[in-house]
Amino acid sequence: MTGATVRVRLPTHLRALARIDGEVRLEVAGPLTTRSVLDALEARYPGLRGTIRDAGTLERRPFVRFFACEEDLSLEPPDAPLPAAVGTGAEPLLIVGAMAGG
Amino acid sequence: MSGVRVLVGTRKGAFVLSADGTRERWDVAGPLFAGWEIYHMTGSPADPDRLYASQTSGWFGQQIQRSQDGGASWEQVSNRFDYDGVPGTHQWYDGTPHPWEFARVWHLEPSPTDPDMVYAGVEDAALFRTRDGGKEWEELPGLRGHGSGPKWQPGAGGMCLHTILLDPADPQRIFVAISAAGAFRSDDGGETWQAINRGLRSDGIPDPDAEVGHCVHRIAMHPSRPDVLFMQKHWDVMRSDDAGDSWHEISGDLPSDFGFPIAVHPHEPDTAYVVPITSDSYHFPPDGRLRVYRTRTGGGDWEPLTEGLPQQHCYVNVLRDAMAVDSLETPGIYFGTTGGQVYASADAGDSWTPIVRDLPAVLSVEVQTLP
Repeated sequence: MTGATVRVRLPTHLRALARIDGEVRLEVAGPLTTRSVLDALEARYPGLRGTIRDAGTLERRPFVRFFACEEDLSLEPPDAPLPAAVGTGAEPLLIVGAMAGG
Repeated sequence: MSGVRVLVGTRKGAFVLSADGTRERWDVAGPLFAGWEIYHMTGSPADPDRLYASQTSGWFGQQIQRSQDGGASWEQVSNRFDYDGVPGTHQWYDGTPHPWEFARVWHLEPSPTDPDMVYAGVEDAALFRTRDGGKEWEELPGLRGHGSGPKWQPGAGGMCLHTILLDPADPQRIFVAISAAGAFRSDDGGETWQAINRGLRSDGIPDPDAEVGHCVHRIAMHPSRPDVLFMQKHWDVMRSDDAGDSWHEISGDLPSDFGFPIAVHPHEPDTAYVVPITSDSYHFPPDGRLRVYRTRTGGGDWEPLTEGLPQQHCYVNVLRDAMAVDSLETPGIYFGTTGGQVYASADAGDSWTPIVRDLPAVLSVEVQTLP
């Protein structure tokens, strides 16, 4: 899928950091992948650079997970297509802090 | 009337405690950055309204926050700390080589004269500096590039650069301390460094008096006498009279010479404070009695300060960056505990009262003396 309005749900700490209320709606151009969604998210909220993926290598931070449509997408390649339901806005992309206590 | 502002970093946010010069009634503000670890929050000596905070998370990484109005509002200014060049390796806990990996900023040390210049001590140990108020940080690679770098190893808390002392008499002279590498000094503004650990002895390393490998917990200096340094090492309280070229032990009659913080009276260079902790295995006060010890003779002779502190069933710790002194005529001494108490003494340690009792575990305490 190319070009879409995507819903992204962020963990509490990142919403507080970027001063975001509720879900984020992003216009994403080109192929719909975790990379393109994160590019759009960081373009709108530059303060989130480095918090979800490494600012230099762009690799996912170890304690961050990506879920959508009840599937764990964390280990998918960043250029793998996201589920169609994310592209239609029926389902959000969930960015989640790994469940590690605290 | 003068006042004080106590800046408290905790495991779950930051708090600002304010009082007038009597230091009797306190206003408590916070949590700021709720849920995040605040390893350190401090103010610029050149502009007391300029504050910096190290906000960090195992999940989401490092942030530097800055306030220009004394903590009323904050802006996220940076989260990039890139080592200079190829980082190389240090020693891991098991003795094997381990690549240098940035984890967090432990300590921020603002310049005494420029509110936009701040030094940052980080884990894995390195020294960074900003000249633009925290937006861009550059490593001073000469420290990590000291020939001994591959021998440095992490202490239990990580391989952190936790102490930065800027010599007020010589802008080119900087002292730092790293757990567990030891103390280092630069005499050229941070370009080159030498290890200053002669006289230290540590049983946890193969060569007890090696050039590096010592777990220094904290160093303190009186600004009027910058060649005299006081050190709380993993074990042993030490003193140097020659800017770190040599050290001698001043533990004297302390009930334990293990501990974390050490602080110096603002007007009496030979008066210093420590908080003895039972041992490296038992991170709580001896006999469950929380006692600050004070020397008025530059070490060796220590008196317990107990009035107002719990003298039974107390099993908290006081971490290395969690003690501070104000500079009022009769100085205030402040420290925070892993149990969430922040204690204050408005009479140089003779008596203590808790400002707050139930914060998250306290990581750092700083105090600003305000006009």
